[in-house]
Formats: sequence, C-alpha cells, structure tokens
Amino acid sequence: MKKKAKSVVSYNKWGYIFLIPFLVVFVVFQLIPLVSTIGNSFYEHYMSGMKEIGPNFIGIANYKKLFSDGDIWQYFGNTMIMWIMGFVPQIIVSLLFAAWFSDPSLRLKAQRFFKTVIYLPNLIMASAFAMLFFTLFADSGPINSILISLGILDEPFRFMSNVGSVRTLVAMMNFLMWFGNTTILLLAGMMGIDTSLFEAAEVDGATPRQIFWRITLPILRPILVYVMVTSLIGGLQMFDVPQILTDGTGDPMRSSMTLIMFLNKHLYSKNYGMGGALSVFLFIITGILSVIVFKFSGNQDKYGKA
Amino acid sequence: MQVNMVEEKVKGGVKSRRLVSYIVLGIFSFLCLFWFYVLLINATRSHSELSTGFTPMPSKYLFTNLNNLFHGSQPVLNGMLNSIIVSALNCVVCVYFSAMTAYAIHAYEFKLRNALFTMILAIMMIPTQVTALGFIQLITKMKLMDTFIPLIVPAVASPVVFFYMKQYMESALPMELLEAARIDGAGEIRIFNTLVLPLMVPAMAVQAIFSFVGSWNNYFTPALVLSTDKMKTLPILIAQLRGADFLKFDMGQVYAMIAFSIFPVIVVYLILSKYIVGGLAAGAVKG
Repeated sequence: MKKKAKSVVSYNKWGYIFLIPFLVVFVVFQLIPLVSTIGNSFYEHYMSGMKEIGPNFIGIANYKKLFSDGDIWQYFGNTMIMWIMGFVPQIIVSLLFAAWFSDPSLRLKAQRFFKTVIYLPNLIMASAFAMLFFTLFADSGPINSILISLGILDEPFRFMSNVGSVRTLVAMMNFLMWFGNTTILLLAGMMGIDTSLFEAAEVDGATPRQIFWRITLPILRPILVYVMVTSLIGGLQMFDVPQILTDGTGDPMRSSMTLIMFLNKHLYSKNYGMGGALSVFLFIITGILSVIVFKFSGNQDKYGKA
Repeated sequence: MQVNMVEEKVKGGVKSRRLVSYIVLGIFSFLCLFWFYVLLINATRSHSELSTGFTPMPSKYLFTNLNNLFHGSQPVLNGMLNSIIVSALNCVVCVYFSAMTAYAIHAYEFKLRNALFTMILAIMMIPTQVTALGFIQLITKMKLMDTFIPLIVPAVASPVVFFYMKQYMESALPMELLEAARIDGAGEIRIFNTLVLPLMVPAMAVQAIFSFVGSWNNYFTPALVLSTDKMKTLPILIAQLRGADFLKFDMGQVYAMIAFSIFPVIVVYLILSKYIVGGLAAGAVKG
C-alpha cells in the first residue's frame, strides 16, 4: 500500500517536468517582454536623429501625451469602423450559411465544395492578399478595366485615394478572410442542438423562419458572443491588410491607420516610451474583452452539461 | 386533398428556398475565387499585354514572368526557402511541445495543476503585438536579432494549440493505457514519445497545418526581427514590393510574385481540405 502511494507521487512530479518547456519559454519570451513593455511606458526613451534620449523616468507623462494628442482616438475609430464594416456582413452571411448547411429539409448538395471554397481565403497570406487587391484596384488595374468595359464606369475610379473605398477594401478583405471560418464555427454550434427541438417545433407548425429566430438563435447566443468578442480582439490587432494596402501610411489622410500600425511606427522609430504606453492601452482593452469571452464560454459549458 | 395541397406548398417552398440558397452560395463562392482567378490569368500575361486591360483568357508568359522573377532584384527563391524553414520548424516545435504541455496537465495530478491550467487559459488572448516592444528589446540584448530563433522558439508556448490538444486527449487518451505501459516498466518520457504521440496524430496533423500556415503568413514579427536580405521571408518581400516605386515594375513579375506566395498554400489546402475543414469543426464544438 505504502509503496503504491509513493510511486503515484513520483509519477506526478512528471507533470511539472513536462511543463518546464512551456513555462520557461512563456516566461522568457512573453512574460519578461510584457513586464518590460509596461516598464518602458513610464520612461522617456526615444531616438532624436542619431541621438538616444533617455531612458528617464517620467511617470505617466507618456499616457497623458498619448491621450491628449488625439491621434490614438482617430486610429481607434479607424480600427473600429473597418472592423464593424467587415464584421456586420460577416455575422449575417455566416448565420445564414450555417442555417442553410444545417437545415435537414434543404438537403443542400456540394456542401463540402462550398465549405472548402468559403474557408479558402482564411489561409491566404494576408500581406499577399492585400498586395493583390492593391494591384487589382490600381487606377490602371484589372478591376477598373473590367468596370469600364462593362460600361459601369466612364473613367478609372481612384480606389486608393478615397477614404470610403480604402476602408471598404480593407473591410471586404477582412470579411472574405473570416466569414468562412465563422460559418464553420456557427455550423458546429447548430449541429450540436438537439434535433428533437426542431422536430417538436415542426410538428407544432412552426415555419423555418420561426424556428431560426425562436430556437436556433437563442441557443446559439453564447457562441455568437464568443465569435463577436474574439473577432473584436482580432479586429483590434488589424495590421497586415491596411499596412500593405496603404504601404504603412494609412492614407488617404491616415483614415485607414489602425492602432497596431501606429504601434508599428513607434517600434520602427524606436520610440519606446510612447510605444510602451500604447501597448499597455491595447493590453488592457484586450484583457477586458477576454474576461467577457471567458464568462460566456463558462456559461456555454454549463449549457452543454445540463 | 387539403393535406396534399399543403404538402405541395411546403415542397414548393423548400424548392424555392433551396434555389435561393444555391444562388447566394454561388455568388459568395465566386467572390472568394474571383481574385485568385484574375491573379492566375494576369500572372501568365506580359507587361505590355497587362497594360492593354483585362482579358479573361490566359496568355503564355507564365514561365517568362517566373524566370524574370527568379533572376530579378528580389531574392524570392531564397525568401521562399526561409519561409519554409521557419514555418516547418515553428510547426514541429509548436505541435510537439503543445502536446507535451497538454499531456502534463491531462495525465498527472499535481498540486498546481488547476492553477497552471487556468493561467495558460488566461494568457491565451494576449496578442503578440502587445509584448512586441519588450520582445524586440530582449532579443536585441540576447543578440538574436536577424536570426530565425525568435520566430521559432516562442512557438513552444502556444496556449491555443495546447487547449485543442487537451480537449482531444480527454476523448482519445484512456488513462488505463498509461497504467498498463507503466506496469510494463516503460519510463514516462518513453510513454509520451512512443505511446501518447501516435494516439495524438489526428489532432497534431490538424494543428500542424494551422501553425504552419500561421507562421507562413506571419508578417508583423518577422518584419521587426529580420533585416538582411538573406534572412527575409516571403511576406516581408511582398511588403517591399509594395513599398518600391510601383510604376517602374514589370507588372507581369508583380503578379507572378503574388501568385508565387499564394498558390502553394492554395494547392496544399485543396489536397488537405477534408482534414482542415473537419478539424476546424472538431475544435469548434467546445471552443
């Protein structure tokens, strides 16, 4: 008896041993950088020409400057506008497709073909996709050429010089890259719903529309919140697409400059103080959003077990 | 009679709904594929053909364009090689160590297990961009700038992959099997490598694909870390192409380069799509 208890204990120390690689790498490459990023935000430290200024401890002056300059609110606004422009159509189309794919009475054929095709853009290199859109929508590019030959346009539309069209292009790329992924997530949620609920509703004479609004959607609510908040967290990190599309300028008139593009600028110009303050701001927002995700996925588990 | 009519009506309703859904699905499939079709066509056309406007038929300059690209100013082949090295190592490291971490949490009952599990879940959402500043300072101090190590080693700690593996283990790894192996006298490391890993192959394959593609497409971190031409990966070269004075370029080459970065992934995806789309759904059930 005694021997057995001892051997169990000696097995369990392997739990710690197997965790060593994860913990060491996490501490070195994530935790230490996080702490030093936060530390940086309290120091004046930047390059003035070739001369390094600082680091001098200045308390929260970087934060004051960050929020009083006003740039951050503009970039925050840009990021949110482009996220919403991509997310609203994404969630509508994904819900619709997931409902169709999971509807047994529709019996859609070629489902695998459609799923494969709509998921495809998610795997494309975002920078190459943005470069592709840049060339396709150039003033003398193929889209203008097609629109003119179809008689829709008389002269080339300058997609890259117009606030609305640049934002629309970014939103459209984000939409194309993510709606397939969201469809598959929601579909998995819908397939998990007890089919007897649908059968009972059908017997009671409910229309497909009623079933969708009264049964499917309420049950899916936790997954919808999860999708929305994770997409929002991803949206705050929006970088590759607008960076490549506008060559890092966020033009026209910085209307497509996102928060991470702003951070990237500080990192390149070695403005550590302001970069740190901006990172902490992003970290706090992401943290709040993550807590919301956590709360809702916890609820989801409860539903699953009930 | 009346029942029949109702049935007819329902049938008709299903038919028209089915038609509508095929049409809408068709439109969105077109929207997903159209850009890549234009890319494919334009990669086969010469600069002068491209300047005359778009035609839907391919031309015959694909190999000329690729040849020009490979002998041009951008180190594209080298970039692809770098991308393959980084992505492959990143993916191996990520999958192996995530499985190991998941195994530690799943199979052993130690004091801090729940605390560590909660901690890993809590750090899941920290974006890499937020720690980038400290990360760059750190690897500058470690003299690892302009090497592949900062792009590969951090993959050891990938909470999302860990979580997927943990979920999979709950259904695919019976503890009795481990007990049996222990009675046979196998060591813990050997049990993990020869018994657990083979059972985890389906989950590891799915995550290998995702981490490979994720690393292949990654632009933010490599752009901060890699600085010499010899080390640059494909996304950085794409960004340079965008940054260069655009009009001076041979457009055939520009399209060839974009195609060169996009189509390998598309081809691999089409071969493996069954596992990718299926694996996504499997992870989503609990996600």
